[in-house]
Amino acid sequence: MHKEAAIREPLILGHKTYHDITEDVCRPIEDKAPRMWYILFGIALIIGLYGIGCILYLLGTGVGVWGLNKTVGWAWDITNFVWWVGIGHAGTLISAVLLLFRQKWRMAINRSAEAMTIFAVFMAGLFPLIHMGRLWLGYWVLPLPNQFGSLWVNFNSPLLWDVFAISTYLSVSLVFWYIGLIPDFATIRDRAKRPIPKKMYSILSFGWSGRAKNWNRFELVSLVLAGLATPLVFSVHSIVSFDFATSVIPGWHTTIFPPYFVAGAVFSGFAMVQTLLLVMRKAMGLEAYIHHKHVEYMNIVIMVTGSIVGTAYITELFISWYSGVEYEAYAFINRATGPYWWAYFAMMTCNVVSPQLMWFRKLRRSLIFTFIISIVVNIGMWFERYVIIVTSIHRDYLPSSWSMHYPSHIDLGVYIGTIGLFFVFFLLFARFFPVLALNELKTILKSSGESYKNAPDDHSPEPNPTPIVEVPVAAPVVEEVKVEAPVNDALSDLLGTIGTADESKKDDLKKLSGVGPAFETALNDAGIWTFEQISKMTKSEYDMMDAVTGKFPGKAEKEDWASQAKELMNANN
Amino acid sequence: MADKVIYAMYDDDDVLKDGAKKLVSKGVKVSEVFSPFPIHGIDPIIGLKNTRLGIMAFIYGLFGLTLATLGLRYFMVVDWPMNIGGKPNFTYMENILAFIPITFEFTVLCAAHGMAITYFLRNKTLPGMPAQNPDPRTTDDRFVIELRTSDNSQFSAEELEAMVKETGIVELDQKDIA
Repeated sequence: MHKEAAIREPLILGHKTYHDITEDVCRPIEDKAPRMWYILFGIALIIGLYGIGCILYLLGTGVGVWGLNKTVGWAWDITNFVWWVGIGHAGTLISAVLLLFRQKWRMAINRSAEAMTIFAVFMAGLFPLIHMGRLWLGYWVLPLPNQFGSLWVNFNSPLLWDVFAISTYLSVSLVFWYIGLIPDFATIRDRAKRPIPKKMYSILSFGWSGRAKNWNRFELVSLVLAGLATPLVFSVHSIVSFDFATSVIPGWHTTIFPPYFVAGAVFSGFAMVQTLLLVMRKAMGLEAYIHHKHVEYMNIVIMVTGSIVGTAYITELFISWYSGVEYEAYAFINRATGPYWWAYFAMMTCNVVSPQLMWFRKLRRSLIFTFIISIVVNIGMWFERYVIIVTSIHRDYLPSSWSMHYPSHIDLGVYIGTIGLFFVFFLLFARFFPVLALNELKTILKSSGESYKNAPDDHSPEPNPTPIVEVPVAAPVVEEVKVEAPVNDALSDLLGTIGTADESKKDDLKKLSGVGPAFETALNDAGIWTFEQISKMTKSEYDMMDAVTGKFPGKAEKEDWASQAKELMNANN
Repeated sequence: MADKVIYAMYDDDDVLKDGAKKLVSKGVKVSEVFSPFPIHGIDPIIGLKNTRLGIMAFIYGLFGLTLATLGLRYFMVVDWPMNIGGKPNFTYMENILAFIPITFEFTVLCAAHGMAITYFLRNKTLPGMPAQNPDPRTTDDRFVIELRTSDNSQFSAEELEAMVKETGIVELDQKDIA
């Protein structure tokens, strides 16, 4: 089993049991949607529909409705495409690369990050498709036999590499995501009460039964898919950068592009994950699973990739001067001091300066600060693509053709529309899908859950094959042979502090809040009979009692039984 | 003879693992384990072999690699050689660098989807299949061991139940299968 150092912060806060995890994740799906959900969904839907309207107008009229001209022939469409693909890099990175590195904190965020990835790649894919102008001829990008003397697509072209890279990435991510979802759909299916959801989730769960052999295959498939998806993630944005790097435009044809684009993609992807998850954890009450530690880890990734991006910007500047090519040097001078200086300045501030603030532990653990920075980073990364694309071509080799790019309202509408559609998809996901990977979280409960990590006997001198920390969810003590010895120790410790009693002095413990007949019997079995005993309890005794009775960990402390017992004693006298 | 199935339910994965170990050491054959998440280390105890899906993924990958290589050679070299930027496609080897990205993507595509499809078929998990877990709680927080009397002919059903009861179960259920 996975072992974790005791000083490492727990990944699952609070005294959660397996059932609690199921409850916490399934409740938002089974309950009625909150009003806020409908409001947000409505807003996103309206924006999305406006975007679809703009796309339809564009398809009906032609690409001329964009603000392009003969010098700037590539602007918002490709900027938005690269921006969305970049955002779509975090999910698979989290679930694949972090799986290979055995990073357990990924388990709380991978499901929603992957969903975000898939929806972001949908949005990205939309731009090349509508850029084709005649969308219905989209299948021409495939190497199909045809009536033009069997003219094939150009396999030497990075644009075709993009077709293969993006479609492979999208379909493999989708399969990877869905394979992980199946066992969780089965959980929802088995809990569903109403017939229609039950039917829906039973179709979605593919009849998953959780046999040992199924799990054996599940783990291997996850591992191999992670192994395949890891080079895939890096290849996709490398290939996107080839769209520019293999051209002969100064400012584009640089060999630094692939690593620089990949780092930028991870940077913006994690920022988007932060934006979404910080809201989601609050709205869906998942604070125990996604908390400061996860945010801190993600901020460290943002800091590292942001620093790589910053280094790449500076390297580009240096090389443009060091190369001695005037065209190359001018492209960069023009970026920083030309008419688009403000875009360059926005990119530099948002992407180079803001991640450096994450060196401060206080800042990178602050949720509000993280939320603001995550939005700043996404704005910065949009400007990065805009700067690279537009400023490199708006002043070409012939000064008479120099020009500026002004977006039309269709440019704007399509872009805003994809943001709306993205949130439509994400809100639907948050409403109907398990947003945390239930089956994965349960595997780390015992190694990274707070109640297990901070249990009283956690620091036992030698590793114990069946440590006492497992008792809270173990079977009732009477049937439990294996854990009896440590329990007896804990029991004598407990009774040593609070004093012994027997049945003759019995109080009605059911008067304490949360105690029923079964619980009373369990307490009596443990030798707890009177209010006097309970009134002497403090935190450490509560923990011991929880360990001994194996029921409702944390209940006694939360309800403050000691003071309740004192009041009841006074009432009795 | 009618087959009797005994379902022993646990509420902890480690208790189940120890229980299964105890049962197997007495010569009982555990026919199935149902759990809400993978129990690490249960497979060797109940005698499950490791899956061979990884080998299949490799074979699917090789298939994709071969198909992409043959296809690119046919499209770009044999059938319609294009001269791009003064760099003609005379032989496959001369142009292999430009073909690497698509060859790689296609290899990954075939390996990933081939393995995923095999996984669904082997697991018999397909859209519309009925769920077969004995209790709906086994996808939440319960863990079930399934014993069959037909697999354990040296024991009677009562003996099996007695042995199971010593392993820290929380519930016991049985079913007759004709």
